[in-house]
Amino acid sequence: MSAPILRLEGIQVAYDGALILDVPSLEIQEGQTLAVIGPNGAGKSTLLRLLGVLEAPTEGRVLFRGRPVPSRAALLSLRRRMASVFQEPLLTDGTVEENVSLGLRLRRTDPVEVTRRLQEWMGALGIRDLAKRHTRTLSGGEAQRVSLARALVLEPEVLLLDEPFAALDPPTREGLLADLKTILSKARITTVFVTHDRDEALALGDQVAVMIGGRILQADVPERVFANPISEEVARFVGVETILPGLVRSVNDGLAAVEVPGWTLEVAAPLTPGERILLCLRPEEITLFPKGTVAALSSARNQLHGRVIRHLPTGAAYRVTIDCGVLIVAAVTRQSWQQLGLADGVEVVTSFKATAPHVIHRA
Amino acid sequence: MELIWEGTKQAALLLIRGDPDVLRITLLSLQVSGAATLLSLLVGIPLGTALALTRFPGRGIAISLVNTGMGLPPVVVGLFVSIFLWRSGPLGFLELLYTPTAIVIAQLVIAAPIVTGLTVAAVQQLPPKLRLQLIGLGASRLQVVWLLLKEARLPLLAAVMAGFGGVISEIGASIMVGGNIYRQTRVLTTATVLETSKGNFDIAIALSLLLLLLTFAVNWTLTMIQQRGRTT
Repeated sequence: MSAPILRLEGIQVAYDGALILDVPSLEIQEGQTLAVIGPNGAGKSTLLRLLGVLEAPTEGRVLFRGRPVPSRAALLSLRRRMASVFQEPLLTDGTVEENVSLGLRLRRTDPVEVTRRLQEWMGALGIRDLAKRHTRTLSGGEAQRVSLARALVLEPEVLLLDEPFAALDPPTREGLLADLKTILSKARITTVFVTHDRDEALALGDQVAVMIGGRILQADVPERVFANPISEEVARFVGVETILPGLVRSVNDGLAAVEVPGWTLEVAAPLTPGERILLCLRPEEITLFPKGTVAALSSARNQLHGRVIRHLPTGAAYRVTIDCGVLIVAAVTRQSWQQLGLADGVEVVTSFKATAPHVIHRA
Repeated sequence: MELIWEGTKQAALLLIRGDPDVLRITLLSLQVSGAATLLSLLVGIPLGTALALTRFPGRGIAISLVNTGMGLPPVVVGLFVSIFLWRSGPLGFLELLYTPTAIVIAQLVIAAPIVTGLTVAAVQQLPPKLRLQLIGLGASRLQVVWLLLKEARLPLLAAVMAGFGGVISEIGASIMVGGNIYRQTRVLTTATVLETSKGNFDIAIALSLLLLLLTFAVNWTLTMIQQRGRTT
């Protein structure tokens, strides 16, 4: 692997004595998009400001292409190799064209080059027709496209995005997300993208870092972070709704008997008897049958009897909570919900395969 | 009412005839208050911007002092400027008392806090992250300040209007440090007071009308600049 374009070493940021960011090490590889996800107040924006050398850490250092961030006098030239986009478009009073060209004019770029880049990037973001429009007349989505174009037109070595879609309505957000994904994969601009939205992180990130309480708890490719969270906090943040504390009673032929409150489950994982673990189950891994139907014929090794206590519509499916002594959350399509005659209070069998649970080892 | 009507008619005649004394007083008022306003911009805009954008111990007290200064009574300013410029005062050697320059100094002391205070407010009403966004786009420190002031130009022009309005209409300081000397330091406000005390209501009304017209003309020009392109 090549040397990282940005590297953090022993970073700590404290405000008024309170530690709000603690990142012993983080590397951002050239040409990749790192999505930093975490709840509000996790320190994501502070991390982004550090990477953009817009703020200095209390402890530790930031290295750009292997070199420590320079003194104050030389900061400007380093900042000019990066570009930031924030949640609010923060456009200046003027036309779209004036705004998109702002960073280039600050760098006193040759006017011929300015025109070329304006054409290219306003075209890429679909705002060429808005060139002469005043920014006061733009919709939220249009304004954010202008803000993105204003950063991309600089053709930065690192693009820093701080929740750029958070204030947009879902259809606008999806359109812009799709366009940005195309642009980033085509231009291979190194990008650090901060969001609290898992879907956005999955859509854009080559790597995902989960940040909670000022610490990066897990950083890996998205598939691994979402399928194999390393802690309960990460699991909850990446959408695992059923997390059961368990004790490994025995292991036979790679199949462990795990005791959870009220049930003994079979789990196919390398476990040791006596070990305390957490079993994580994603809603889509759980199947529901009304009580007394063909559940017995299923290949699923685990079948728990319970009662539906609530269901919430989420797009094309329902998120169904079943009380089996422990609470289990399953995803059921609206069609299945109707065909199976499910309703709140109905008795059901909840089943999942022995391979379904993701295991977190407890200290 | 008769008095006002007659006075207004006489005032109109004075203005139409282009009375040289009235014109001289008007021109001096414009020169003195214009210079004081310009100087207050040179002091107030950088100071207000610095107060709005920097953090230092005692900043809150500094802003409170500026805000208090926005309501400085002109007679108090007149008193202290007089003491400073008095023959035996710290700046007496300059021999500026009872000159138009003395009035400019006093009016500068009145207008500078107004411009400073309104500049602080104008810069602070901008989105807090705008500054960070400009830095994130590669703006140097000077470029950031310039762009922020450009964004705040509407309330800044209001600061100019407030500063000019504050000094063109004040009388206490002008009369104390200028002395209301005929053909030397007599401005519209001091002349109006004098003519009123002499019972010359026609001249007093003419001077008042001119003061109103002058204030309106300056503010109208600034408003036109301020509102240019703000129709959408």
